[in-house]
Amino acid sequence: MNAILEQPETATELPKLSNEEIARYSRHLILPEVGMEGQQKLKAAKVLCVGTGGLGAPMALYLAAAGVGTIGLVDFDVVDESNLQRQIIHSQATVGMLKVDSAEVMLNGLNKNTKIVKHNTMLTSANALEIFKDYDVIADGTDNFQTRYLVNDACVLTGKPNAYGSIFRFEGQASVFATEEGPCYRCLYPEPPPPGLVPSCAEGGVLGILPGLVGVIQATEVIKLILGIGEPLIGRLLLVDALGMSFRTLKLRKNPECPACGTHEIKELIDYDQFCGIPKATEVGPLEVASHGAVAELPVVDGIPQLSVEQYKLALDAGEKPFLLDVREPHEYAIVDIGAPLIPVGQLASRIGELTIPKNTEIVVHCKSGARSQRAALILKENGFTNVSNLAGGILAWADRIDKSLPKY
Amino acid sequence: MEIHIPTPLRTYTDKKETVSVDGATVAEGLAALVAAHPAMQQHLYTAEGKLRSFVNVYLNDDDVRYLPGKEETAVSATDELTIIPSIAGGTPSAGCCCR
Repeated sequence: MNAILEQPETATELPKLSNEEIARYSRHLILPEVGMEGQQKLKAAKVLCVGTGGLGAPMALYLAAAGVGTIGLVDFDVVDESNLQRQIIHSQATVGMLKVDSAEVMLNGLNKNTKIVKHNTMLTSANALEIFKDYDVIADGTDNFQTRYLVNDACVLTGKPNAYGSIFRFEGQASVFATEEGPCYRCLYPEPPPPGLVPSCAEGGVLGILPGLVGVIQATEVIKLILGIGEPLIGRLLLVDALGMSFRTLKLRKNPECPACGTHEIKELIDYDQFCGIPKATEVGPLEVASHGAVAELPVVDGIPQLSVEQYKLALDAGEKPFLLDVREPHEYAIVDIGAPLIPVGQLASRIGELTIPKNTEIVVHCKSGARSQRAALILKENGFTNVSNLAGGILAWADRIDKSLPKY
Repeated sequence: MEIHIPTPLRTYTDKKETVSVDGATVAEGLAALVAAHPAMQQHLYTAEGKLRSFVNVYLNDDDVRYLPGKEETAVSATDELTIIPSIAGGTPSAGCCCR
């Protein structure tokens, strides 16, 4: 078969293995299909795992174990206990950590020789090409259609093969897309399903081991692409049915009309939320703030700007000192507070005189989760305060996303 | 002819994994499926009655779109149709499904 990856290095230019590595990889080295040169190719290889969730976890673990030299991880999420049912790269000890940090701990524990490159960000049209350019193979383990199309188009544009896997409940799919001669994701699915036709969360769920099965298939394809052995799933879609434990492969054709890999009319990355009919996110995670330095604007409700906890944190970090007012009840204040003076919302109108600050002071109101503080903000506005915003999500959001040391009640 | 129903669509076929239908062509087989399970209609077809572009139908191992006769391809009782939906999941908790 043709080499899928460009391999400018000859065997002599490939990185040498240390004696420690030779001992570690002996079961590969005595396999003629891998051998010394193959193991050196693995050491030289750079693989990007998009997502460190159900699919990315087993994939990255096996790639590290196999001796892939550089593994990039793209994720903006933090580890939640509910992830551990399937995301075996994370552990109870790393709940609450950034997924890329948690994954790095596990991967380096498994193989100290593997270089881990962390991309703690959401993959977007703005950063995908820049991130992809440093890698040889992209492995798509994401969980939504927008990112699927984004990964596909970025792979086509950068000429990187995409080891694809996807799961739903008891079923999985795997393929290798975007090689020069093979079809891409858009050849199979020219358009995403409209959001309304996608099963809801209640119908969702996934058998925890299924992403393990499919993620390991993706890792297998990655290794085959690097080594140039076997028959990768190019032009084939593998269907996995875990309940029937049946595996089928279907033929995929490269669509000559495909706007990505056929006619090449897609010359740059597009707005994939729009393409998938998804409204713009109104709330973003804390890590997007960290990586983008900006957050989506929350809507203004009844004339009260809604401030996300990330925006508030950014303001504090920037040295702004808005007047923070807590409008919960005293017994709640006894559980946890974030240093704001307390006037319960029910007493606010009668105690308004206690607020001796100028009427144009920037005031941020918070409660437990954002409803009472909205009412309080309206009361303040009626009483002539002109610069009042509501902390969306309240102290719970703050505890969830900014100061995780705080208890939640 | 047997039609294999993928998990996401089994909600609309009384949880059946396969549905047996009669039909001389792919289109007739699908029409029989929809006749037996009307809720499948909107998941397979657009309002104009065309197969939705994100639903792939395979006759045995081949994408019906690339067969010369497309949906009018003749089928026999031993042929199998498989419906392949788009699934995006990696970790369904936070993705597509919830929007």
